[in-house]
Order: sequence, then C-alpha cells, then structure tokens
Amino acid sequence: MPTDVERWKSEVYGNEIREHLLEFAEQGWDTIPEDERDAWFERFKWWGLYHQRNGQESYFMMRIGTPNGVLTPGQTEVVAEVADEYARGPAENPIFGNGYVDWTTRQSIQLHWIKLEDIPEIFDKLESVGLSTQQACGDSWRNIVGCPVAGKDKHEHVDALPVAMELNETFKGNDDHSNLPRKWKVSVTGCREGCGQGDINDLALEPATKEIDGEETKGFNIRIGGGLSRNEPRLARDIDVFVTPEQAPEVSGAISALFRENGDRDNRYNARIKFLMDEWGAEKFRNVLQEEYVDFELETAGDDLRSEYSYNSGYADGGHSDHVGIHEQADGNYYVGLDVLVGRMGVDDTKELARVADEYGSGEIRITQRQNVIITDVPEEKLDALQDEDLLDHYSPDPHPFMRGSIACTGTEFCSLSIVETKNRQVRYARWLKENVELPAGVEDFHIHLSGCTASCAQPQIADISLRGMKTRKDGEPVEALDIGLGGGLGENPNFAEWVTQRVPVDEVPGAIKNLLANFEERREGDETFREFVARTDEEDLAELVEPEETSYEDPMMHNTKRTWYPYADDDSLDASPAPTHGDGTPIASDD
Amino acid sequence: MSVSLRVLDDGAWVSVNDAREVSVSELWRLDDPSFCGCELPDFVVENVLDVGADGRTVSAKVYGQCIACGQTGVPGWVPVGRLREGEFVDIDRERVVLPVRRADDDE
Repeated sequence: MPTDVERWKSEVYGNEIREHLLEFAEQGWDTIPEDERDAWFERFKWWGLYHQRNGQESYFMMRIGTPNGVLTPGQTEVVAEVADEYARGPAENPIFGNGYVDWTTRQSIQLHWIKLEDIPEIFDKLESVGLSTQQACGDSWRNIVGCPVAGKDKHEHVDALPVAMELNETFKGNDDHSNLPRKWKVSVTGCREGCGQGDINDLALEPATKEIDGEETKGFNIRIGGGLSRNEPRLARDIDVFVTPEQAPEVSGAISALFRENGDRDNRYNARIKFLMDEWGAEKFRNVLQEEYVDFELETAGDDLRSEYSYNSGYADGGHSDHVGIHEQADGNYYVGLDVLVGRMGVDDTKELARVADEYGSGEIRITQRQNVIITDVPEEKLDALQDEDLLDHYSPDPHPFMRGSIACTGTEFCSLSIVETKNRQVRYARWLKENVELPAGVEDFHIHLSGCTASCAQPQIADISLRGMKTRKDGEPVEALDIGLGGGLGENPNFAEWVTQRVPVDEVPGAIKNLLANFEERREGDETFREFVARTDEEDLAELVEPEETSYEDPMMHNTKRTWYPYADDDSLDASPAPTHGDGTPIASDD
Repeated sequence: MSVSLRVLDDGAWVSVNDAREVSVSELWRLDDPSFCGCELPDFVVENVLDVGADGRTVSAKVYGQCIACGQTGVPGWVPVGRLREGEFVDIDRERVVLPVRRADDDE
C-alpha cells in the first residue's frame, strides 16, 4: 500500500507546488485547511521549506541550494539581507542572537523562523541573483555537492564544477526526475583529495582515468548507494562504470530513472537506493542499468585516485583534511578557508563576509561540507590586509583544533527528529575542551561531530569522535545523553565509527573526551593519528578508555528540550508558545 | 466517527486527527520482558514505524533501545493514548508502565 507521503505526492508534487505555495502565502498560513496541512507541509519541502517542530507552528526552515557550495559575487549579500529581514524569530538564541545563517554539511544554506507570508518577497530577492530553494528538500535531486574549490584547486584531476553545474541545470525542475521514491543525494568530485565525500552519497562521481581507444581519458568512476541515516550506514559501492564528463548527465539521469522505477515506494524506511543496492548487489545493478536505462555500451571503471584521498580521512598523509587556512589556487591567487563553529553565522557577520570577499577576492564565497566558508580569488598582495580584518578574529583561518573540527546538526532547537540539543551544546563543548584539554603533540585535525539523532545530518559516523543524541536516566531522572563512537573517517579506506560507549549523560561527555585523549596520548605509538590508534585497538579496550566523568563543564540543557516550544525562551513551556502566528508575528488566537 | 492516524516527519511523530501527539525521544517503561530480558525495559523511542487503533486504544510500533541493557529493536504494539469520542487523550507515557501487545497476543 502506498504511504501517505506517496499519495500526497501523486496528487500534487514538483514544480506545480509553487503556485499553491504562493497562493497560501498570499492568503496566510491559517488558510491552509487543518486536515490538509501535513500534506502541504510535505509538498512544500520540494520548494525548500520545512515546517518547524511542535510549538513553532507557522514558522518554517528555508533551505537554499547552492550547487557545489558556490555563491557567486553578490549572492552572499542577498542571503544576509534575506536572513536579516525575514529570519528573525520570537525568541533569541543565547549564543547566536536573532537572525543567523546556517552553512550546512551539504554545502547549502538554512534559515529559520521564516513566515509563509514572506515567501513571495524572499523568492523574488533570491531569484534576482540566481539563488533558488527548488528541490533543496523533498524526494528529488538535492543540492549537488563536491570539492568546494573545484575549478580553483591545484590538486585537481578533472574540473568537476562544469559537470556539477550541468547536472544541476538538467535535473532541477525536470519533471521526469522530480518525484523519486526518496531523497537523491549526488556528489561530483574532481580533485585528488576526495573532498566531495562521494562515499556517503546516493550517487557519487569520482575522479578516474580510463584508456579508451588507446587514449588516456579523464572522467569519473561511479559509485552508488552511500548514506548514513537510520542506523543503517552504507558506503557507496563501485558499480564498475566509467563516464566521461560529457556522458555524466546522461548516465546520471539513467541511474536516477532506475531509482525512480525500482525504489521502494511502499516503505519510506526502505526507500533510499542503498537498500535497493543491498537487495540487488553491484553486478545486478550494473546489468539492469546497461540493459534497461542506457543506450550505449558502458565503459568499465577506470583507474581511480582513492589512494590519494586525504579529506576527512584522519590520516596524516600530507593532504588537506579540510579547507580551512590559506591555500594557493591553480591561477596563483589564494583561497582563504574560515572556520565557522558549527556552521552558524549571525546576519551582521554574514554581511561582513560578503563585503570582505568583495574587497579582497572576487566576491565569491564557497561553502564546505564541514560547515565552513571559503573566500576565493585573493591576490597574494592582499592576504595580509585580509587577515587583519576583524571578521577573521572570530572566523579564523587558523583555529584551535577543537573549534576547527566541530560539526553539529540543527537539533531540538528546531528539528522534529532530534533527540537532544546540538549546536549550542557543541559550541559549549568546543569552548570547554579548548580551555581544559591538551591535544597530544602534533594533532592538528581532530573531528568531533554531534548529531541529534540517527538521521546523521552532522555525519557523525565519519569523525574521530562521533556523538549521537540519546536519552538515559541520571539520579532517576530522564536526561539528554549521547552515544560515543570512535575512529570514523573517509580517505582511501573509509570506515564508520565504532559506537563504543552508549548513553553518556551530556554533562559527562567533555570529561569522557578529556580522559579518552589522555589515554590516547599515554598509549600512542610514535606520531600515529587518533584514527590509526582506534584502528589498532580492540573495541572493548576502547570502551574502557572513554571514562565518562563530571567536570567543571555544566550543561544547562539536560532536560527534555523537545518538550519546550523553544529551549532558550525565558518561559520555554509549550503553553507559552506564541505560535502559530500571523505573517506579522502576532499570535493567531485559537478562535480566530 | 473516523479518526485519522498517521506517522509524520519521517517517523518523528504520531499524528491523530492532524495533530502531532506522540514524539520520538521519550523514555517509556515497557511491560515487555521478552524484548530484552529486563523486567521492565526502560525504552527510548528513536523512530515511529506505524500507528493503529484497537478499539479506543491508540498504539504505535516504534524502534528504539532499552537504556539499561542496550538492546535495540521493535517491541510489540505499545499503547500511547486513548480515544474518547474521537478525541485523543494523552497518557503520561514517561511515568506509567505501558503494557506491550506482542503479535502472538492477536491469535
């Protein structure tokens, strides 16, 4: 039997949602019939709008898709202006204030507290500079990710940016691919360091070389079925196919069509293509693709570059582990990667970022999969002055490793799925760790990813220390807790973290990390990295090294933050919520 | 009187008559020793998989784990509320023991 979501999608989905969305915006949130709200909220996702969680009715999260993380000159300023004018809520976040921009792990942008009534104006502003929310969420081609410095990088095998952009052009708003069984995440990587993180995507194009008709041809190998969600993480599997950049759109479309026709529409938990890959295996997948979806003979896989991958690898192999810092581009200019702690930047700082990028670079900004931003195209002679800008005091190109390595998802502040508070907590953790914990000598990259639930938006399984939202009891009372995983990472031989210690009360996690690092330092052999240490230590021993402990760290959010309308409000009880509200923010009275 | 029961937000909520009523991330005490061997499993709800009504009782199938022993999985149908004249009446799920109905209880 088709699910509710499939039934709603079969009635109205894709591009046509927009006219309904604009009509409801015109008439007001409360004109959406109550018994149709869930159906419309599900559909609105296709246009980048998520209705926020219980207690925040009538407010939306808006996601803006920026293919490959590229914000062309002029776009960042508009994002900041939109956030300033429209992304202000009825309560303030104690760390980030009111009005901020979230840079995401899929190189996109998220704004919160958006009112439906403002959507027409917001769309006009975004679209005036070529930005769009189309397909940023929903069951279709999501924002395409890749190496954030594609086209600029000195370490590039093939320039993947035109391919990513062509895929975006071809499959955004494409009616044949607008209603898939589930989300469709695509990564296109051209660099030699694996920055596209293809292994955790539904469809990954990875750099490769193939001898075709006696000529060495550069292009991509294809992998399928990666993903981290739902306690079912999978690495994308090699289907033994090579494509040239010219063939990439056609073959990618064929794979998307195969998913459209064969994915499970009866069970959304089983709908992602990773489960079809589980069922079929790579060989059958390739055979079906060849026989039913592609009109020419597919090439077998070429020679890949995976042995050179350094990005988020946890190995000290000399390559980039992220894009923070100052790096020379292929054209002799420089890119400057700034650390944005947990990816959240206030509107004033975002405006400053746009100004600084314009003054010192080309005005372009790139978003990374580690929730950071990059100012590109900076001439060498402007580097010193750029580094003197106040903005770089806060968003440093040379941050402390605990700041640099922190990633966090949205969490219970806004998200229905999350079990715990995340972003503010990760900021508190990083600050406490920086003040209280010494990293072993030479450790400059140390990744801690905090995800509020098994959806894994913070990509916890591929970090040195993986934190995942959970619950436990402490002194008999239910409290927020975290599972702790160790030793995940990508690179040549990616692997997911081992969940060695579970349900640690959130106030004991910083102590656990402190003790773990001390134990690592004591047992470390030579210059081995943390991931290498974890790899050679058995799981039971690792669990003993974690040692959760209360410390001077205090956590103000131990309670069920989901049972608040907004965890940082003075009166946070659900009854105190002003939502739902009219377009101007005044509460809609229940007898309205 | 017809009652609309749904799982929403990718398994984050049970919706009754288009209102989100039961959320993931709650801690439930289950009367289901066959789930993990603990006498009364202390169960954290991670995902709602299905919802149904048996007479006036609204029950859910959920994925989660016992926080005492770590066993993960899907217990039987767990009662999450009652229907009174078509309206959902909440129960204090974090404070009462919830009697789980296993599939073989149906026979």
